Amino acid sequence: MDIILSAEKVSKSFGDHTALKNVTLEIPRNSIYGLLGPNGAGKTTLIRIINQITYPDKGQVFLNGEPLQAEHIRHIGYLPEERGLYKSMKVGEQALYLAQLKGMTKADAKKKLKYWFERLEIGDWWNKKIQELSKGMAQKIQFIVTVLHEPKLLIFDEPFSGFDPINANIIKDEILRLRENGTTIIFSTHRMESVEELCEYIALIHKSEKILDGKLSAIKKAYKKNIFEVVVESSDPKGLLAHATDKFHILSSNMADDGRELGFSVQLGNGDSKELFQFLGTHANVHSFVETIPSANDIFISAINSKGQLHG
Amino acid sequence: MDKLFLIIKREYLAKVRNKSFVVMTFLSPILMVGMIVLIAYLTKLNDSEKRVIGILNESDYFSNEFVTTESTSYVNFKDISLEEAKDSTMHLGYYGLLYLPNGENLEEVAQRAFFYSEEAPSSSTLERVEGSIKSRLRQERLRLLGISAAEYAEMDSDYEIKISTYQGLQNMKGINELKAFIGGGFGYLIMMFIIIYGGFVMRSVIEEKTSRIIEVIISSVKPFQLMLGKIIGTSLAGITQFGIWIVSGTLLLFVAFFIFNIDPAVLSQSGSSPMVAGPASGMSGLDPSLQLYAQEILDIPWGMLVSFFLVYFILGYLIYSSIYAAIGAAVDNETDTQQFIFPIILPLMLAIYVGFFSVFSNPHGPIAVGFSLFPLTSPIVMLMRLPGGIGEGGVPIWQLALSIVILIITFIGIVWLASKIYRVGILMYGKKPSYKELFKWLKY
Repeated sequence: MDIILSAEKVSKSFGDHTALKNVTLEIPRNSIYGLLGPNGAGKTTLIRIINQITYPDKGQVFLNGEPLQAEHIRHIGYLPEERGLYKSMKVGEQALYLAQLKGMTKADAKKKLKYWFERLEIGDWWNKKIQELSKGMAQKIQFIVTVLHEPKLLIFDEPFSGFDPINANIIKDEILRLRENGTTIIFSTHRMESVEELCEYIALIHKSEKILDGKLSAIKKAYKKNIFEVVVESSDPKGLLAHATDKFHILSSNMADDGRELGFSVQLGNGDSKELFQFLGTHANVHSFVETIPSANDIFISAINSKGQLHG
Repeated sequence: MDKLFLIIKREYLAKVRNKSFVVMTFLSPILMVGMIVLIAYLTKLNDSEKRVIGILNESDYFSNEFVTTESTSYVNFKDISLEEAKDSTMHLGYYGLLYLPNGENLEEVAQRAFFYSEEAPSSSTLERVEGSIKSRLRQERLRLLGISAAEYAEMDSDYEIKISTYQGLQNMKGINELKAFIGGGFGYLIMMFIIIYGGFVMRSVIEEKTSRIIEVIISSVKPFQLMLGKIIGTSLAGITQFGIWIVSGTLLLFVAFFIFNIDPAVLSQSGSSPMVAGPASGMSGLDPSLQLYAQEILDIPWGMLVSFFLVYFILGYLIYSSIYAAIGAAVDNETDTQQFIFPIILPLMLAIYVGFFSVFSNPHGPIAVGFSLFPLTSPIVMLMRLPGGIGEGGVPIWQLALSIVILIITFIGIVWLASKIYRVGILMYGKKPSYKELFKWLKY
């Protein structure tokens, strides 16, 4: 696997507080990587280390196999959780300034800005001050200055907090487009459901430690419990339920008011759904038959629990 | 280096384009000149108002002791009773009435003399009246001892000792104060600059924190670069502003004096500083001592003074403004800065006060030496001592060297500490740190 960024046993503490403990990560190139965990878990500290805002006490971070160095700054785009712009500075001037700080030439920055301004339909804002813009408009500018220098690695810390739903969608689409063009993207968030659908890989961070990482589909497979949700229709739902209870391990059930529809969830022994499906097919009309896939949040909770058991 | 230049440019432009900065730049000289013109005008007005005092003299001992001066004139009453005299002074709106009754001798007259007035008279008026009577009394007593008025006048002569260095260079008394005053001017300039533009640096850091752009920027540049760029950019804006103030202020002052037809000497008369009196009238060439003053001022090693001014100014300003930057980083809003600002202002104020009280009277005394070595006060105090020259008769070279070395070491130390606090502080939100906490940040 082609790794763009890797962290090796990174530790960082602030006084008595340990922010990161022996965190090791590998982020595959051209993937969308979710850095998940509750507030205060250490995600932002890790991101700041990647951005060379702070430095690890122990361990090392590699970009393209090289230890992080000042020159790498121009290859990374970072949208911090605490974000903003100079309020009394003009949009164009400000964007040029931030782009030049990232190492772009003025002419190049101007050209790319023009492209992005047209793309996000903000052509005539160049001479407006940020304080004259609405919040949603300022967010678009904020996004543009993050991606303008065409970084190979984009890091978004709590990307959708503070963005209104329309802008959030626009930006989601833009991020996906950037990924198609070869950019690697890291999402960091405590609201796991907000990015779960986007991420191919995730790492779960809890109390300054990485407790789980890998390909999301593989993790889900590993964490699924062979529970199936079933809805069927039968002329005798009560009899059917009694019959089913004899043969399978029924976790819960509910009967519809019309006296015909029946829903229940089943725990299967070894992921073998064939027998259940055949049973249902011969006795009722199947309306739905769904395997329960755990959400990142469920996985997170059970990972913490199993870790707690391990630690005794 | 490129990035530092970008930051300096942005900070400079952000400052000089700021509306209130522009307004202050052009309004301040107008206000200052307006105030000076007003003071000059009021001084002129004050001088034209005279106090009139009536004198009812029934004794034989006083005739021409009370001389009309610029501010007080005397009117003699004759052949009227005390009551009538009181009435008339009151109706004429005089300031008061001095009653000198007749008596056997002067002592008795003085004993029974009275001053009547509408309200309690001003102490300066009383002093003047008392002084006249006192000198008349002394004269009378001397006469009784057999000394004539002429002999008395001869006896009462002024005396001033002449002073010189061992090398025989003649000095003027008060020249030390004059020189310290010039140095004090430089020192004062440094203090004002630090307080005004240090505050700008601090507010600019707070602005970056509250607008939440800080983390965006320090993902591109090092916090230290940002801090340095901010300090340099703001000081360049400050120098621009100071330059405009000096040029436009001087021009306006000349124009104002020309329009209002005010003689600038009006001000120097009321001000007792030798600085103003010296050069203003020294060129007339009438008074040899004034010429000597002028010579001394020309002899002040200006080139040396200006070079050291730059050295102390740059180092002192960088030390203080990096502390200001650290404070700005440590807090979330300006109201929280109070507890940290006071300890900064303190050494500055101390330097100015110590300078004006101690260095003026004794530029090479132990206090002056101590404060010109202590790094937080040396930029101001040393500049007050320097106009006296370096080496023999002036600031010993070792003191100057030591002072600069200490200042440079402090500069490195403070900037290092400040940048550590700054680096941690800019990413801290929502809590007002204590000194203890700031100390902890140094170890992060």
